[in-house]
Amino acid sequence: MSFLTIGGAPGAPSTRRSFVVRSGALLSGAAVALLAGRDALAARAASPAEGDVRVLNAALAAEFEAVAAYGLGVASGLLQPPVRALAQTFQGHHREHADLLAKTVARLGGAPAAAKAEYAFPTESLATQADVLRFAAKLEQGAVSAYLGAVPLFADRDLAKAAASILGDEAMHWAVLRQALGEVPVPSAFVA
Amino acid sequence: MLAAALACAPLHGAGGDASAGEAIYARCAACHALAYDRSGPRHCGLIGRRAGSVPGFAYSEAMRRSGIVWDAPALDRFLADPMRTLPGTSMAYAGIADAGERADLIAFLAIATASAACRGSAGR
Repeated sequence: MSFLTIGGAPGAPSTRRSFVVRSGALLSGAAVALLAGRDALAARAASPAEGDVRVLNAALAAEFEAVAAYGLGVASGLLQPPVRALAQTFQGHHREHADLLAKTVARLGGAPAAAKAEYAFPTESLATQADVLRFAAKLEQGAVSAYLGAVPLFADRDLAKAAASILGDEAMHWAVLRQALGEVPVPSAFVA
Repeated sequence: MLAAALACAPLHGAGGDASAGEAIYARCAACHALAYDRSGPRHCGLIGRRAGSVPGFAYSEAMRRSGIVWDAPALDRFLADPMRTLPGTSMAYAGIADAGERADLIAFLAIATASAACRGSAGR
């Protein structure tokens, strides 16, 4: 199945398939199958090592926190409208990641991690737009490292591929935030 | 304050370079912070602390029962390959393969987790 064919025509009704395409994530065949309800294909990945579910849940917990962190930034009143719009876009990406991860954990027979009722953030150090951007950039940098550290752990290589596609998205967030801060957007040839 | 502490620290004390370790600590920032719990527990007070003992943090059963006390050798073993060193841990991370990087990170943690920035937060 081609990722180019599952989204339908522009303006087509929103479906789970078009959601996958809109996310911009080139998901693995297994992950797409999980989301699209193709149980026969998904069943091939339905008996993963328990470790895969644990890795997915660790990522899910971090994605929930990222959604909350961007929510904090958006609600802070510190962001100029274009930056606020950017934060909302990135928050939406993290929400999509969380949605995918939760559904995948559930389809694999695990219990998806839940979002916390509240998160601790260093609000006392967020006084300007630059503070918020720096805080977000740090989280995104950490997310890149976390996914980089998670990808080799998956027993199922399709899940590793899906996680790598999320890693790419987080890296773009990090670069854009660095650019907004006036920093070199891509500081090195490799991430760690 | 923390930067000043690092600037004053013996850079290669205990086998690691704390300044280099600060940059490596950025990799932990998806899940950890020094002074507050995130999806991973806070690091303030880490050195000498029994694993799984930060009040109120929801640890894995494996971590709670590990019997680990976080000193430099224990951190070195765990950070090299968390999921193999402690099967069942929630820390889903491949680890830091480079022994020098681990030493740098541990040198940073030794200073940062006992710094003024941590005062009052380690046992919260």
